[in-house]
Amino acid sequence: MSETASNDNVRYPRTIFIRRHSVVTRLTHWLNVLCLSFLLLSGLQIFNAHPELYWGHYGANGDPAVLTIGSNDDRGTPSGFVRIVGLQIPTTGVLGISNVDGEPSARAFPSWATIPSFQDLAAGRRWHFFFAWLFVINGILYLGFSLLTGHFRRDLAPATHELSPRHLGREILDHARLRFPEGDEARHYNALQKLTYLAVTVILLPLMVLTGLTMSPGVDAAFPALVDLFGGRQSARTIHFVTASALVIFVVVHVAMVVLSGTWNNIRSMITGRYAIQLKGPKS
Amino acid sequence: MSTLFTRRRFLVGGTLGTSALALSGCDVLDENADVANVLRSAEHLTMKAQRLFQGRDALAREFDEKDISPSFRVNGTSAPDSEDYVELAEGNFAAWRLKVDGLVERPREFSLADLKALPARTQITRHDCVEGWSAIGKWTGVPLASLLRLTGLKPTARYVVLHCADELEKTLDGSGRYYESIDLIDAVHPQTILAYQMNGDDLSVGHGAPLRLRVERQLGYKQAKYIMRIELVDSFAGLWGGNGGYWEDRGYEWYAGI
Repeated sequence: MSETASNDNVRYPRTIFIRRHSVVTRLTHWLNVLCLSFLLLSGLQIFNAHPELYWGHYGANGDPAVLTIGSNDDRGTPSGFVRIVGLQIPTTGVLGISNVDGEPSARAFPSWATIPSFQDLAAGRRWHFFFAWLFVINGILYLGFSLLTGHFRRDLAPATHELSPRHLGREILDHARLRFPEGDEARHYNALQKLTYLAVTVILLPLMVLTGLTMSPGVDAAFPALVDLFGGRQSARTIHFVTASALVIFVVVHVAMVVLSGTWNNIRSMITGRYAIQLKGPKS
Repeated sequence: MSTLFTRRRFLVGGTLGTSALALSGCDVLDENADVANVLRSAEHLTMKAQRLFQGRDALAREFDEKDISPSFRVNGTSAPDSEDYVELAEGNFAAWRLKVDGLVERPREFSLADLKALPARTQITRHDCVEGWSAIGKWTGVPLASLLRLTGLKPTARYVVLHCADELEKTLDGSGRYYESIDLIDAVHPQTILAYQMNGDDLSVGHGAPLRLRVERQLGYKQAKYIMRIELVDSFAGLWGGNGGYWEDRGYEWYAGI
C-alpha cells in the first residue's frame, strides 16, 4: 500500500485509486447483465403463453390460481387486470391489455417488454434457453472463481460486528439519507452491500436456475428431488416468477445506488477495475 | 443537484433507448437464419445434457390416484373433422386399424382389440404443456417397445414417426396434418406407451381417441393424439417441413424435454 507511506508534503483531501473489482468479477458481471436482460424479456414472452401461476404439481385453466394476468371485454371496451389470489387490480394499458400497433390487444405483458415483441412462444423459448446456458456457464465461472480466490470470504462475507442490529440499523439510516461510505470506509463493501450481493449470487440466481430446471420434464426424470424441493412443477414456475420479480427490484435499487453514490466512479470500477476514493486526511 | 438530475435523466433515457433498440433489434435478428441457428445450438446441448443425466431408463414421476387433476384440459384438436375419422368414431373405432410400416421387418396392422389383448401398462403422470400449464392423468396402453418387438426393426431405423388423423391447420397441401416423431431411445423407454385409456375410461375424442402417444419425459406437443399410422424412418427429411413434427415445423424444438 504505497499511499500509506505518507510523507509530510502530501496534501489532503486527495484522490487515490484502488483496484476494486477483479477481471473475472467485471467480465462475469457484464455477461450477467446481458444474459439477465434477454432472460427476463424472453421469459415474459414465455409467461404470456399462459399468464397464470399455480401452486403444486398441476395447474391449468380452471384450477385455483395464485396469480392471473388477464383481460375482460365489456361490450367493446377491453380492460386488463392482475389478480393475486383474490385481489384484482385494474392494469389496462400495461398488463392484460396493451396497445399493439395502436390497437388495444389482449396480452399479459406488453410488446415493449417481450422478446420477440410479437407473440411467438417458440422464438421466446429459443432466446431463453440459449441465454440460460450462457448464464449458467457464466455463473459457474463466477462462483468457482470466487470460492477459489477467496472473493466471497474476503470481500462479501460480513464480519460479525457488521451484523449487529445497531450497525445494520445505522447503515440503513445512512443509505436512506443517501450518505455513503467515504475515505477508508469506501475501500470495501458495507454490510448492506455484502448481504445483498450474497443474497443475489448465492440464493436468488441459483434459485432461478433450479426452479427453471424443475419446469423441465426431462430434468425432473433425472433429478426427481428437485420436484420435491419446490413442491411441484407449478410451484417451481411460481417461484421462478417471484424470484425474477425480486431480481428486477434488486436491479432497480442497484442501478439507483450506482447513480446516487457516484455514477462514473462506480461504472468505471466495474469496467477497468479502478475505483477512486477521496482521502480527507492521513490514515490513523 | 442539477448535474445529477441530467446525468440520471441521461442514464435512464439512454438505458430505455438502448433497450428499445435492442428489442426491435431482436425482432430483426429473430428473422435472421444465422442467428436462429446460433440460438438453436442450445437445443442440442440441452438434449445431450439431459440424456447424459437421465440415462436411458430414468422414469418420469408416477403419482397416486388422489393426485389426478379434477379436469384435464383438451388441447390442440378437440375433434378431427375428416370424413374418415368421423366415420371411424361413429363406429366406435371397430374399423380402425393401426398401420405399422416403414423400416420394420414385418409391417402389420393392429385393431384396437389386438392392442388391448397385449400386456398393458398403467401410469399416472404429469402432462406438461409447452405453454406452462400441467395436468395429471392416468394412462393405460401398450408399451411402444412391445409393438416394435412384434414388427421388428430394420438396422437403418432411427426414428418412430406418428401420423395422426387431425389437421390442426387447414392447408391445401395437407401440411397442417399433425405428426410427431421420437428417437429409439424414447421409443423403447418403459413409460413410452400407446394409450387407449385415460383415467380408467376409453380415450375420449378430445384426448385423442382411439390411440395417443405418451412419452413422459417430454412436453405435451410430443404426445400425439389420433394416431393412425406408425412409420419407422432413418430421417424425417422427406416429411412435411422436415423437422420431425407439426410444431417442430413451426419453430418448436424437436427434443422437447425442456
